[in-house]
Amino acid sequence: MFRGGGKLILACLFVLPTIAHAQDPLVLWHAYDDREAEALQQVLEAFEREHDEHVQAMRLPFGVLSSRLESAVPSGNGPDLFIDAHERLGRYLARGLVQPLAGATEGLEPAHLEALTRDGQLYGLPLSAKALALYVNTDLAVPREIELDALCEGVEAQWCLAVDGEDAYFAAPIFHAYGASLYTADRYGLAHDGVADPGAIRALEHLRRLFDDGLVPPEPSSDLVARLFGAGDAAFAISGPWFASSLPDALNFRVVPLPTIDGAAMRPFVTVEAVFQASTRDPERVARLSDYLAGPKGALIRARVGRQVVSHVDTWNQFEPDASLLAFREAARGGVLMSSDLRMSQTFEPTTRAIRAVVRRGVTPAAALVDAERRFDDAVRPPPPTREGSTDLLFIGLLLLIIAGIAVHRARGSDVSLRASIPAYRYLVASFVAVLVLVIAPLLVGAAMSLFATDGSEFHYVGLSHYVDILTARGRPLFSEGSFWRVLAVTVLWTVLNLFLHVAIGVALALMLHRPGLRGRSLYRVLLILPWAVPNYVTALSWKGMFHSQYGAINALLEAVGAEPVAWFSRFSTAFAANITTNVWLGFPFMMVVALGALSAIPKELYEAARVDGASWWQQQRLITLPLLWPSLIPAVAMGAVWTFNMFNVVFLVSGGEPGGSTEILVSEAYRWAFTRGARYGYAAAYAVLIFVVLWLATRTKGVSRAMS
Amino acid sequence: MTRLRALAVHVVLLIATAFALYPILWVLATAFSGAPTTSARVLPWPHQPTLRHFSMVMFRDDAIFFLQLANSLFIAASTAVLAVAIAAPAAYAMARFQFVGKGASLRSLLATQMFPGVAAAIPLYVMLDYANLLDTRSGLILVYGSTVVPFAIFQLRSAFEAIPVDLEEAAMVDGATRGQAFFRVVLPAARPALAVTTLFAFMTGWNEFILAATFLSDESRLTLPVVLQRYVGEHSANWSAFSAGATLVTIPVMALFFWLQRHLVSGLNAGGVKG
Repeated sequence: MFRGGGKLILACLFVLPTIAHAQDPLVLWHAYDDREAEALQQVLEAFEREHDEHVQAMRLPFGVLSSRLESAVPSGNGPDLFIDAHERLGRYLARGLVQPLAGATEGLEPAHLEALTRDGQLYGLPLSAKALALYVNTDLAVPREIELDALCEGVEAQWCLAVDGEDAYFAAPIFHAYGASLYTADRYGLAHDGVADPGAIRALEHLRRLFDDGLVPPEPSSDLVARLFGAGDAAFAISGPWFASSLPDALNFRVVPLPTIDGAAMRPFVTVEAVFQASTRDPERVARLSDYLAGPKGALIRARVGRQVVSHVDTWNQFEPDASLLAFREAARGGVLMSSDLRMSQTFEPTTRAIRAVVRRGVTPAAALVDAERRFDDAVRPPPPTREGSTDLLFIGLLLLIIAGIAVHRARGSDVSLRASIPAYRYLVASFVAVLVLVIAPLLVGAAMSLFATDGSEFHYVGLSHYVDILTARGRPLFSEGSFWRVLAVTVLWTVLNLFLHVAIGVALALMLHRPGLRGRSLYRVLLILPWAVPNYVTALSWKGMFHSQYGAINALLEAVGAEPVAWFSRFSTAFAANITTNVWLGFPFMMVVALGALSAIPKELYEAARVDGASWWQQQRLITLPLLWPSLIPAVAMGAVWTFNMFNVVFLVSGGEPGGSTEILVSEAYRWAFTRGARYGYAAAYAVLIFVVLWLATRTKGVSRAMS
Repeated sequence: MTRLRALAVHVVLLIATAFALYPILWVLATAFSGAPTTSARVLPWPHQPTLRHFSMVMFRDDAIFFLQLANSLFIAASTAVLAVAIAAPAAYAMARFQFVGKGASLRSLLATQMFPGVAAAIPLYVMLDYANLLDTRSGLILVYGSTVVPFAIFQLRSAFEAIPVDLEEAAMVDGATRGQAFFRVVLPAARPALAVTTLFAFMTGWNEFILAATFLSDESRLTLPVVLQRYVGEHSANWSAFSAGATLVTIPVMALFFWLQRHLVSGLNAGGVKG
């Protein structure tokens, strides 16, 4: 009786939602947080009530949204709609991830609609605009419209202006004030054909003055800007609408548009956030939802709750916007709409590197900008020409046949017969299948990508061109900056130093911890393993903060003992040392744990016998421990070498390749080609294959192969 | 003399511990700070101490944190069990049997580690989608488990090789099959290496976020590292919440290590070796 009732309830639970929403829910992806996420949720709830719809909103971490779209949409697992910045439209279009949107456009800011139109076709409905403005701490300074250079007069704060001035996005308003722009008509804007733009040179000189005069903090980051302004150590800050949520409640501040330079406005870049259609499953329902989001009802909630600079013009008469929101609206109106070309996004990394070279290392602006143009041209160069694949395919087929032939020949020649091997295979089969299907097969597919190039959705076969390009440094000197061979040398140095220190420190600590009668052994053991236990993307950032030239704990320590502070990321040697320190810290616990495990497997009787023979502690370690320890350490050392060679997180998060990309290792270089330099997956895959080849050759050397067997 | 040497050992261990803890204390200081700090300081101490970042991380969105915690634990633990379960027999075969293709398989296992893993993300996505395992815990566990297998085989193989063959032979003379000898004699004797491998596999599943963020969609199925990444945006980041979350994420790993370290030292003595 009871069981039947339960089934009935269960059945009702399943049936009820189907009655309420006869259709599948609309799926919406976004990367909003805080107030904006709250506002979006309220809009969606209102929409569901009014239209008897069900919307499933999914919030993705920033940075995951676009890569997630790229893998999900082509296989039909994408959302119906997503919200993202307009400047990524070019990239999404090239990959076929967005569909034209038939939405209601009346009442929406014409300039924003224009930004979402390609070849006369509208691809998204604008929701809001974001641009940089000036935050003023009203306890420290009076907000008024003013020249940038006059801003700091009479300001009594440690820093006048907190801004991430080394980042191209935040420095762009200064370039704009000098009449220069990052991107003009398909090309890099700050230098042309090896000649730097005069306005851009003056802008960089101005920027350098701000740093040299101590008006803006050195080695800035968005985190440092938030901390300085939040603690009242900076009178002004330049940032966007997102900045307010990271400030303490007690802080008195207001927002005004950016100042001027010689009367010219510092025009910030404007980003339009829009709702895009990713699938054509149900265009009518998608249009209904996007109209609602962008239209008057959605816009009012987003403006009030989410404090967005909404694109729906009439909404601004429906509520009382505060001064900050009006300032952001003014900033967006006076700004420069970012181009949605694929190439626009390639201007940022070279420009940021150029600014750092000028500000940190005293490179002349002209030279830095010419170098930036070269980096830009390198990133946007056309893919290699398509090759006819059939002859190559034949060749690859022959090669595989030969390899198979050699394998069969070897199997025949081995002293074990296949029949005698069967018991062993029974033990191996699970691992074999798992590794073959889930590890080797995907990697082979990844490796095969290196033979293809893409300029968007279409992949075309290019043969070995990527490899030729990489190995010949594309016509530049073989050992020039950023070339494969130079990065390889850095990577080898990086691996050798790290591994030596990992093993030396790990084994030394394990030997000490293994001493009989050591007090506090378990406490030491647990504390020493901590660097391995805490996620490394967190601790790497902690180390980066510790190496900050002005606010880092390392320089504070150096000063406490009377030494000179060091600008860690301005020179190769110190930046490399910072990376090594971080990675040694991360890696020694693993070696220690492996060594501890191996030590405890050494029979105690051996030591007793040695003691009876009168061997000292050192002799015991040298004659018994190390020879027995080494074989168990070899797999960990071999694996450790490979992992260190490919240790992406530390290099990317700590030095970020600074200065000028010189501390980059092969895998971080591959990452940059895949993700920050125009999605050259094929080129990046060729890097990955070369990494593999280098490591493979290294294990074939005599010493290593003997140790492995 | 021995007392002096013991003192020296303690001094070195204390210096190493300080080195190990210092950056982590900064993470903790950030997690407990109620207000931004800007002065360069040597001692990591929170500014206006507060627990609010911890409660914010744990209790936002109806405390879905605990569901995601359970999820992460399940995925990491299953990864460890799966990896050890399929790697241990293979490692045993590698250590004790001669068979055709032994050298090639060992080399291929090492080779899998040489290829930067990001390259496999998109092919894996397509495969999981094809097998209807996208956005499921099982899919992620299978992928993580297989990723760890090569290292696990290497680690366990060298541990098995260090165990004297006489032990198994004695057991087999007493009537045990090879399988029984493996389970009853070899595995217990290799406990330290099993502990290291388990810990390693667990941490692989516990800290990974790129594949998890690519494969999982449902909010209630996400793992903690993916959730943590959300506190760090392009231009703004809540470092205090990020650090608080990282601290919470570390606690289970510490607990596991605490529990495993008994096995780390017991070694042969616990393995049933007599005389």
